[in-house]
Amino acid sequence: MILTYALIFTTGCFALALLMNLWRVVFAPGVPDRILALDTMVINFIAILVLYGIIEGTAVYFEASILIAMVGFISTVAYARFMLRGNIIE
Amino acid sequence: MDLELALWQEITLSVFLVFAGIFGLVGSYGLLKLPDPMTRLHAPTKATTLGVGGVLIASMLYFIFAKGQVSFHELMITLFLFLTAPITAHFLAKANLHTNVNRADVPPPVGDRPWAGFESDEARRIAEGESTPGA
Repeated sequence: MILTYALIFTTGCFALALLMNLWRVVFAPGVPDRILALDTMVINFIAILVLYGIIEGTAVYFEASILIAMVGFISTVAYARFMLRGNIIE
Repeated sequence: MDLELALWQEITLSVFLVFAGIFGLVGSYGLLKLPDPMTRLHAPTKATTLGVGGVLIASMLYFIFAKGQVSFHELMITLFLFLTAPITAHFLAKANLHTNVNRADVPPPVGDRPWAGFESDEARRIAEGESTPGA
C-alpha cells in the first residue's frame, strides 16, 4: 500500500520535471540550454519508463530504457558537436 | 503490483523511490532557476543522475523481493548513465564556452599550450610544434 503511494508520488515528480524541461526547451535563452534541457528530458524519461516497469511488474521496459539512454547520449553529443564544429562527421 | 511484499520491503522501496523523485524534481527545478549557463549545467547532470540511480536501485530491489531473481539490466543502465553524464556535461560546457564566454575574459593558461576550448586544432598543432611557443 505504501509502495503504491510512493510510485504515484515519484511518477508525479518526474512528470512535473518533464514539464519543466519542456518549458525550458521552448523558452531557453540559448542553444546550449536547449540541448541541456533535452538531455535532462531523456534522463527523466528513462526514470519514468523504469517506474512503469515496476508498476506493471515486467522487465520488458529495461531494453527500451537502454536503447533510449544510448540514443539520448548520442544525440546530445551530436548536437553539441554540431554547435562546436558546424559538422558532425568530418 | 499484485504481489504481496513484507512491510519493511515496501518501506525500503518507498524510501528509495521518494528520494529519487525529490532529486529528479530538484534537478529540473535547478535547470529553471539557476542564474547562468555554467551553473545550470550543474543541476541536471548531478541531480537527475542521482534520481535515476535511486529509481534503478528501487527497481532492482523490487525484482529481488517480488520475483527472487537478481537482474543486471538496472546495473547496466546505471553504469551507462554514470559513464555518459560527465561526457555530455563536458561537451555542453565546451559549447557554452564557445557561444557565451568572451575570449578576452578568460585568464591565460598556465603552461605553454593554448586553451583547448578556444584555439582550433590547427593553432594548437602549430603552437606545440614550435620550439619556443608564444602564449
